[in-house]
Amino acid sequence: MTTSTRKKTVTLLSAITDALSIMLKEDERVLLLGEDIGKNGGVFRATEGLQAAFGEDRVIDTPLSEAGFVGAAIGMAANGLVPVIEIQFLGFIYPAYEQLMTHAVRLRSRTMGHYSAPIVIRAPYGAGVRAPEIHCDSTEAIFTHMPGMKVVCPSNPYDAKGLMIAAIEDPDPVLFLEPMRSYRAVKEDVPEEKYTVEIGKGALLEQGEDVTIITWGAMVPVVRSTVKQLAEDGVTCDVIDLRTLSPIDEDIIAFSVQKTGRTVIVQEAHPSSSVANDILSIINETSFLYQKAPVEKVSGFDTPVPYFSFEDFYLPTPERVREAVLKVMSF
Amino acid sequence: MTTIRFAEGGTTMENQFPIQQLLSPQGVWISDHHKELLTKERTLDFFKHMLRIRTFDRKAISLQRQGRIGTYAPFEGQEASQVGSALALSKADWLFPTYRDHGATMTFGHSLRNILLFWNGRNEGNIPPEGMNIFPPGIPIATQIPHAAGAAFAEKRKGTNNAAIAYFGDGATSEGDFHEGLNFASIFKAPVVFFNQNNQFAISVPISKQMNTKTIAQKGLAYDIPSVRIDGNDVFAVYQYVSEALRRARSGEGPTLIEAVTWRYGAHTTADDPTKYRDQNNSLKVREEIDPLLRVERCMKINDWHDENWVRQMTEEVVQEVDQAVGEMEQFPQPDPSVIFDYVYKEPTLPLVKQKQQLLNLIGGKEHDNLD
Repeated sequence: MTTSTRKKTVTLLSAITDALSIMLKEDERVLLLGEDIGKNGGVFRATEGLQAAFGEDRVIDTPLSEAGFVGAAIGMAANGLVPVIEIQFLGFIYPAYEQLMTHAVRLRSRTMGHYSAPIVIRAPYGAGVRAPEIHCDSTEAIFTHMPGMKVVCPSNPYDAKGLMIAAIEDPDPVLFLEPMRSYRAVKEDVPEEKYTVEIGKGALLEQGEDVTIITWGAMVPVVRSTVKQLAEDGVTCDVIDLRTLSPIDEDIIAFSVQKTGRTVIVQEAHPSSSVANDILSIINETSFLYQKAPVEKVSGFDTPVPYFSFEDFYLPTPERVREAVLKVMSF
Repeated sequence: MTTIRFAEGGTTMENQFPIQQLLSPQGVWISDHHKELLTKERTLDFFKHMLRIRTFDRKAISLQRQGRIGTYAPFEGQEASQVGSALALSKADWLFPTYRDHGATMTFGHSLRNILLFWNGRNEGNIPPEGMNIFPPGIPIATQIPHAAGAAFAEKRKGTNNAAIAYFGDGATSEGDFHEGLNFASIFKAPVVFFNQNNQFAISVPISKQMNTKTIAQKGLAYDIPSVRIDGNDVFAVYQYVSEALRRARSGEGPTLIEAVTWRYGAHTTADDPTKYRDQNNSLKVREEIDPLLRVERCMKINDWHDENWVRQMTEEVVQEVDQAVGEMEQFPQPDPSVIFDYVYKEPTLPLVKQKQQLLNLIGGKEHDNLD
């Protein structure tokens, strides 16, 4: 980034709005589809002002019909448009599961590239904001299990803007997970202009010597606050923000865990059949002989995400992360 | 009455949506309208197309029985619905078929070889001819209906005159995607024709158990979509009403729902035994009465257009065409294992690169010839 780049101060949420606005302006094939995204600007205001700026033909309020408008978006994308869909909460995406699994992700392979469905599906995810039930799922592993899907999950405003633009420009379907509780948590200066963050690349947020902590999305701030405490105790950590959950950046993981030999994976999701297990598998394949301790997972539980009165029991906390780090250190 | 609009004054849905017919099963033109359709040239053309797809269908069943292709979904009995609808389309329109609509896709212009390749488990079979838009067959039920609405939406947005047609069966109208697709198309006035072939069975379940409604056309009422119920074994009626629906689409009037009432003579697929759930003698009995080819043949005779020599020559022509496609399918290069990896993403991801290499190492590192 050059020093002459003009910056603006944004939240993760307004960084997304900014990215959508840039792409609507730049590419007339781009259109937004979703429930309440027009006049209302979306329930979180991610599309605030965009319908007024770009018109009802570009920023489209859909019927309450996730399967219907995701299905229609597949037809639009196959016919040259670039639909960016807002699913109001990840927990409401399931009616569209069939359209994603049986069509969006395999249209390219079914037709050997003759047709494809380059759609972006935005979905706020995660607990921690005392939301009603089903408004707090983090079921990313359902989608990383879809061959042909890319899944990204930014943790900060800079990445949110760059990954969103990259997702819209990507030739394949991308699920864009937005950490709801980080939407307005921090403000950051990001370039005003267009830039991209490469899909498939993680970021090393903190450098240390003793332990590698791998995480993403809403768990990043939890991990960073833990790491600060741990440093006071003399334990230093590499913190990897995965940013893309499919395909996973194997190199950044291998490089760090081969250095530290001790790994903690922190995720909000249910532990069974999860992205954390995929990371374990990557460590096993790339770095088995470097390991000094069994890898620890800090996760939600294999329960439905509980009602919000219980969510503090469910969500990984700095205490749980700290305990896992001390466990791999003392093995 | 041939204009597509809500019928009035009926006390039941069957009365509101009477089955529209132009040519009687006896081959007699029974309508006062559209007499201009009944020309020798068009009649012979319809006949030839129906003969062609029936020849293909029977050949495919026989190929499956011999183990030369995989499980196959036959459409015999539905030729009028598939030919009449496909011939009404323009080359630049979008066609969204199910697995039982290759009679329509081949009439529209899909390659016979590719259709056979699809039934022989090859992705190559899903590639339509240059410049044509034919989606791969919908395998889950009704999911192609929203796709057609979306592709039509895109055509409208581009300002073209093109439309989309979605094919689906009676069972599909029980699925949510049918209703969501119709609702979407209705709201955005997408230029799309929802073409239902009501063959009265969804595998083994008869329509009386599939729905309590007496018609499928009435389901369009809920979405303010003009709907019509037609004799799906009358190729003239199918051609006429699909043409009219396409005209509505092209002139900005939005979607139309057409229920073409028809009958599948045979099994759901070659893996199915219909005698377990229905009296197949009935299919033989009704053939004389409802067969779409017999109907046109009778019409040809009544109008003195029937020429045994021509029929024989046409039969030979289509048999030869189908045989040639079978030969091309069988001479097609062996499956290249790269195909399963190379089209998952535009650029392969690292896991796919590794998995492909593992497989290639295992089978001797040899990539087979890739064909365009």
